[in-house]
Amino acid sequence: MTRYSPLPFACAVLGGLALLVAGSRAQVPPAPQTPPASQQSEVELTITGEPGTPPRLAVPDFIPLGSDPDTVAAAKLMGQVLWDDLDFEREFLLVPRDTYASIPPATSFTDVPLDRWRELGADGVVVGTVRRAGNTIVVQVRLFDVKSRRSAFGREYSGGPQSARLYAHTAADEIHKQQRGLRGVARTRLTFSSDRDGGRTSGVGGARTAKEVYIADYDGANQRRLTVNRTLNIFPVWSSDGRSIAYTSYRRGFPDVFVSHIFQGTFETPAGGDARVHNWLASWSPDGSRIAFTSNRDGNAELYVVNTDGSGLRRLTNHPAVDTTPTWSPAGNEIAFTSDRSGPPQIYVVPADGLGTPRRITTESYADRPTWAPAPYNEIAFAARTGRGYDIRIYEVASGETRQVTFGEGSNESPAYAPNGRHIAFTSTRKGKSHIFIIGRDGRGLRQITTSGNNFTPDWSR
Amino acid sequence: MRQSARHVMNLALVLAVVAGVAGCAQKRPPVARPSPLGIGEEMPGGEAAVTRPPAPPEPAGPGAGAGVPEPPTPVVADEAEGLEARSIEELNRDSPLRPVFFDFDSMDINDTGRQVLDANAELLRRNPAWVVTIEGHCDSRGTAEYNLALGERRALAARDYLESLGIPSARFRTVSYGEEFPFDPAATEEAFARNRRAHFVITAK
Repeated sequence: MTRYSPLPFACAVLGGLALLVAGSRAQVPPAPQTPPASQQSEVELTITGEPGTPPRLAVPDFIPLGSDPDTVAAAKLMGQVLWDDLDFEREFLLVPRDTYASIPPATSFTDVPLDRWRELGADGVVVGTVRRAGNTIVVQVRLFDVKSRRSAFGREYSGGPQSARLYAHTAADEIHKQQRGLRGVARTRLTFSSDRDGGRTSGVGGARTAKEVYIADYDGANQRRLTVNRTLNIFPVWSSDGRSIAYTSYRRGFPDVFVSHIFQGTFETPAGGDARVHNWLASWSPDGSRIAFTSNRDGNAELYVVNTDGSGLRRLTNHPAVDTTPTWSPAGNEIAFTSDRSGPPQIYVVPADGLGTPRRITTESYADRPTWAPAPYNEIAFAARTGRGYDIRIYEVASGETRQVTFGEGSNESPAYAPNGRHIAFTSTRKGKSHIFIIGRDGRGLRQITTSGNNFTPDWSR
Repeated sequence: MRQSARHVMNLALVLAVVAGVAGCAQKRPPVARPSPLGIGEEMPGGEAAVTRPPAPPEPAGPGAGAGVPEPPTPVVADEAEGLEARSIEELNRDSPLRPVFFDFDSMDINDTGRQVLDANAELLRRNPAWVVTIEGHCDSRGTAEYNLALGERRALAARDYLESLGIPSARFRTVSYGEEFPFDPAATEEAFARNRRAHFVITAK
């Protein structure tokens, strides 16, 4: 294993980030998502809906306390972002925003026309205010119960005006937590690879289309490039603390697992590749201490596990067939993977110590890219060949049953779970080019995340 | 380590044979630019392999396998004149080393593939300084993840066959690109067939 201080690759990464930040000053570097300052100000009250239905919420534009364009724009943006975040988990029924026009906008928390919102069918209404204070903005968010006319939730966030989306995301996560006991994902991120910048490889192999690693907010906002080396940079995965990304890169002419610490701008190659030892498809253990990967070091594709510092290399599989594409169980005690030991590729499960015979769990014509869901969902999503392309299927470990979440619209591959297990990001060609989409684990609520270039193999931060 | 030990053995064999057949080498003298002392060391990368001495004649003859057809030598002999003069870039633009194509989801080398590899082996014998990277490629009908392993097996299958014809493994690197670098991006059967290949890139001469 080799460890590098920030030269030269780190400079490239930092340069890329600096460029992106400079290019759009409204973006923060991908700092660890510490929530902005907030304060508890209300007694807890749970909004309820009609019996048997989720509570209905309205989220109008936030109230700008001031007329400068930035404050007005931030107020509008945060209302929309918060509406989308609360709609995403389907814990609430969101009253469509295009029905709000008839309701006079409030000017403060004291003149919200709660009766009018009640007439519109809302059980609760989320009201926010934004005001400038020097170089910062101060955002207050309240959730009113229209029946009792009481505030069920109140928070204040303040900081740089560029963080407006982050304040809305934080409010969404806190409302989900307080009202529904749900761990929301509004502040999580996606990573994926893309050819969108048109970079070409160089060298004796000729100019070929490069792929770089990108990151984005979970809703597709703030997409930015992380690698800048004009080779193949594919299969990125987040570390459990969201501070590092492991991916397969050909920057040295052969595939090796790189771990980039995206805030320091340093990287490591814990799998120790060289011109003959190739490593690919990293998968982080849930506790972040180890990486499982595929390597050819013993003559054919086998699975290995190594500590993130490059120590403790251990072979996991031993079979003349291909063993690849590992994913860890939430407890870290098992690994699911793809093998063609019985013919076409199928999904198998083996204890993470490699002891014991792998257990086959699929009987597809072709199955790959298993992804183990986080607790409490004990299930494994994978791509299964269905006709000309692939669809996302989910194997329930307890029952042994398999269900399907996409149905033949384009080819659907490379599933990755949201950290709360309720959604799956995947690659789909349903809109022509290859793009990243998100869908509920029940197959509902499709969202398109990318729109530029071709995009592949998403992973979702924890 | 077993790998390097094998190199040493191969090289020792090569050197011994070179001494015997030096007179047969055409065009170039049997080079060995660096001192033979360095040869047994572990090779840091493809560049070092430039120093390989000429390959030995195939140990058992081309037909010794299982009914392998005679390599189409005349074509190769005619081409050999021009190949010396061409740069690596020119060689790779229209490579005399032809690709081997595979059936869907398969890493088996068929009869046509064996003929192609026989001809490639002959070229490699006549151009003993060539060092070659064998790239494994797949079509996009498989999954991106599994295809990296499938491409690896295709590259290894081509390499193993060439080794069985007596071309030393030290002259090869292999790398899988899975479905990442299609030669034809179209989604047609013809394009898919073109993309399922072991592709040869000359990296040193």
